[in-house]
Amino acid sequence: MKVNKEDVIKIAHLARLELKEEKIQDMQDSINKVLDWMEALNAVDTSSVEPLVHMTPAINHFRDDQAKAMLDRQHALNLGPDTNESYFKVPQVIE
Amino acid sequence: MLLCFIEYPIWMNISQLKYSDLRKLLDQGQLTCVDIVKYYLSQIEAHNATLHAFLEVYDTEALDKAALVDQKIKSGTAGELAGLVIGIKDLLCYEDHHSYAGSKILQSFKSTFSATAIQRLIDQDAIVIGRQNCDEFGMGSTNENSAFGPALNFKNTAHVAGGSSGGSAVAVQANMCHVSLGTDTGGSIRMPAAFCGVSGLKPTYGRVSRWGLIAYASSFDSIGPMARHLEDLALVLSHISGADGQDSTVVSSNEFLAKKPIQGKRIAYIKEMAEHPSLQADIKKAFFEKLELLKSKGYQVNAVDFPYVDALLPTYYVLTTAEASSNLSRFDGVKFGHRTKVASKDLVDMYKKTRDEAFGEEVKRRIMLGTFVLSADYYDAYYTKAQKVRRLIKDFTQGLLQDHDFLVSPTTSSTAYRLGEKTMDPLQMYLGDLFTVQANVAGLPAISIPMGEDSQSLPMGFQIMADVFQEEAMLELATELV
Repeated sequence: MKVNKEDVIKIAHLARLELKEEKIQDMQDSINKVLDWMEALNAVDTSSVEPLVHMTPAINHFRDDQAKAMLDRQHALNLGPDTNESYFKVPQVIE
Repeated sequence: MLLCFIEYPIWMNISQLKYSDLRKLLDQGQLTCVDIVKYYLSQIEAHNATLHAFLEVYDTEALDKAALVDQKIKSGTAGELAGLVIGIKDLLCYEDHHSYAGSKILQSFKSTFSATAIQRLIDQDAIVIGRQNCDEFGMGSTNENSAFGPALNFKNTAHVAGGSSGGSAVAVQANMCHVSLGTDTGGSIRMPAAFCGVSGLKPTYGRVSRWGLIAYASSFDSIGPMARHLEDLALVLSHISGADGQDSTVVSSNEFLAKKPIQGKRIAYIKEMAEHPSLQADIKKAFFEKLELLKSKGYQVNAVDFPYVDALLPTYYVLTTAEASSNLSRFDGVKFGHRTKVASKDLVDMYKKTRDEAFGEEVKRRIMLGTFVLSADYYDAYYTKAQKVRRLIKDFTQGLLQDHDFLVSPTTSSTAYRLGEKTMDPLQMYLGDLFTVQANVAGLPAISIPMGEDSQSLPMGFQIMADVFQEEAMLELATELV
């Protein structure tokens, strides 16, 4: 599997990254190198194997549905780079 | 000279003493927590500018806490870890303190809560002395991917400390704290421990809550201790283990936690690893000497085959990059951390500029790879495939641990790299994790202990892996070997 320049730009968009033009080639080369190396997985026969999703035998832990004070608004807002008294601010979304 | 008021030079030995011995001195009034903190602060003062192990030192706070704990010792109300000085990796959250995850994207971030592992130590009167350098989001094997510069090896500062918990390893190596709390996703506790000549333990996946650990790859990440003395690893592990109601993967049922009886003292090593072409000759020699030592202690040591050696690292990198691409989507410049100052034309543009500015190259590469392996066209070929191989690796490894009590190997294939030696080629960097990732892929506990030094006087590490929740037995074997 090899990715081309358009693939790299598309992946970057999906990942919400903006790669500078001069960095794209490097990224493409290193991704291709790693993907090549990942091909080793194809040498393993997995035809009758179920994917492993859960790492522990732990099953759902339920807790009582009780209201608890968690992070209050002011503490949460203090973390944001741009906020007013009630909200996190972002660039305009609706025209 | 901070400590001249102590009548005899006991402070010189503070870092050489196990906590249990320090505690006796504390309880007998021969030593105070303030003495201990002052000693570690003096070590930080002397070495941190060069070694860059700590990104931030809580000097005043640690001294204040020490004075408080000294009062508690006097009044007989001190916790079980009174005066234990710990350093914490920059990937762990500590209430009202900065956690940057070694990244510019979290520069200025202050956590609103503490990781369970940290809180439990503090609750027993341990003293947090500072925040330790690491590779950005734990992604690296040399600490050179820290946005704040690499931590250096105290043994030889032309060499790296290893990673990603590099600062945590060096802090113990250079006697800047008694125990460090690190994190291990593919070897990030054990590898720097080996490079720095200290011990480090990665617990079973599901033993320690990940609450407050800034996530890299959630099905691999674990929090564990690094220290000079094995007894201190065991002590800290016993406190940080167990369910907290915040991490649903923590196992609390005794059915799984019970200690398995050691049967026949059988130990296996994987032939393909012990004979691996990348293995440095000095390390191979020291490893086989350790095997002889085991035999002389009555252990049966068997070479076994492992058919998945070439699949280990690709499995690890497919799955961890996938999980990372998802976990790191939360860094978007809205709710916390860095936001671009450049005018953005819309929300998506702001996300992209923020993330491009503040993530390092390796983090971007892993997000890109993870996004690729999770994309609709390639999901089955990469992600599902790797999950299947992961099952094979886990089952096969645990099968080996049915017939044997432990699986041993060198911790790393070489001693600490020179600075810059591995940074040009990401693949070369990835290959350095060969011996450590198996424990994370399979969710097993593993420990690295010192194994002497190579011909350049750089430390080497010996790794023991055990079946799930067999940390106690693993530590007992480790104790026989140091």
